[in-house]
Amino acid sequence: MEKIKFATVWLAGCSGCHMSFLDMDEWLIDLAQYVDVVYSPVGCDLKEYPDNVDVCLVEGAVANQENLELLEEVRAKTKLLISFGDCAVTANVPAMRNMLGTAEAVLKRGYLELGDCNQQLPYAPGIVPELLDRVTPIHELVKVDIFMPGCPPSADRIKATIEPLLNGEQPKMEGREMIKFG
Amino acid sequence: MSVKTLTINDQPIAIEEGKTILDAAKEAGIPIPTLCHLEGVSDVGACRLCLVEVKGINKLLPACVTQVAEGMEISTNTPKLQEYRRMAVELIFAEGNHVCSVCVANNNCELQDVAVEVGMDHSRFVYRFPDRGVDVSHSQFGIDHNRCILCTRCVRVCDEVEGAHVWDVAQRGAACYIVSGMNQPWGEVEACTSCGKCVDACPTGAIFRKGTTTAEKAGDREKLEFLVTAREQGQWTR
Repeated sequence: MEKIKFATVWLAGCSGCHMSFLDMDEWLIDLAQYVDVVYSPVGCDLKEYPDNVDVCLVEGAVANQENLELLEEVRAKTKLLISFGDCAVTANVPAMRNMLGTAEAVLKRGYLELGDCNQQLPYAPGIVPELLDRVTPIHELVKVDIFMPGCPPSADRIKATIEPLLNGEQPKMEGREMIKFG
Repeated sequence: MSVKTLTINDQPIAIEEGKTILDAAKEAGIPIPTLCHLEGVSDVGACRLCLVEVKGINKLLPACVTQVAEGMEISTNTPKLQEYRRMAVELIFAEGNHVCSVCVANNNCELQDVAVEVGMDHSRFVYRFPDRGVDVSHSQFGIDHNRCILCTRCVRVCDEVEGAHVWDVAQRGAACYIVSGMNQPWGEVEACTSCGKCVDACPTGAIFRKGTTTAEKAGDREKLEFLVTAREQGQWTR
């Protein structure tokens, strides 16, 4: 049987969803029999997102230019995209900066007003990605196939979402165990 | 006292005149989701979660403020109602700033529960991220308007049970918010008795006790029970 090409990406989030993914413990060994991990901050060293990925878990909201470009690349090269955790689904904590307004206002607040010493705005074109004016959940930008809320989604919830997909079935995203936010 | 007969989801029901559809459903053990309804105080039909369909009436009616009538044929859970309920919950989430993961009410929140109940796994509406205030001028309590869903349970419980009428609703539409006193900081409102009934009545984490942090607004059932029976039993203080 040909293995499922599996990827995970980490946008604007705390990586807690990925930690929760690792928290699936020994089931990861079972999972490895079904999937080739072709791109992932916790499971693969490849730096370029490959073509023809079957399933991708996307953690995090879209907060900067790099997040946006990676998300668009992921969508273009992935069959089934899963919005993974509250930051991806609702923009969650990263979006609390939206209340301040534009990227400029946010940077001024963080680096000038609240800076204890050496107050200066970060500026390194090509190295530090530009902040977007507004942090957004991923489905406001690309089509999402499955939503898996949770901050983070528990290991059990992640397993219950992925396991049916291995057998070509759709997971049932309903009930407290599967869709409670937070 | 006259009795009305009607059906809810084809189940025949007899109930006293003057009761609401929500009362009838409750008596028959038929669940209808609610947010702004609080037993023991008046109903206002603010949240639209309890909408039902009544045969022969062309619009959806809120069960909490619609009185029963003879021969009503009521449906509480049609696909149309499920769709509208989920939409109502998504709109509430998109309207304010509801960040469950860092909220005092995480795991003890009626809004969070109702989102699960209606099957909301994301909001199809674009989040507004409004810039709303937080008032922590009161010595014991705070109000975070970002988490407020304008159910007005605090307004009603303060007026109808405590008799202090500290809270009111100001402005209209998207600018609508809850005010204390004459739109003063809560801590400066002399009418406030600091009884904490509004904290117990609040279905979300909008009104909270100072010092509680993420997920610590544990639902105190006993306190909510007190609010429910207070008027009936003429108990005005705890």
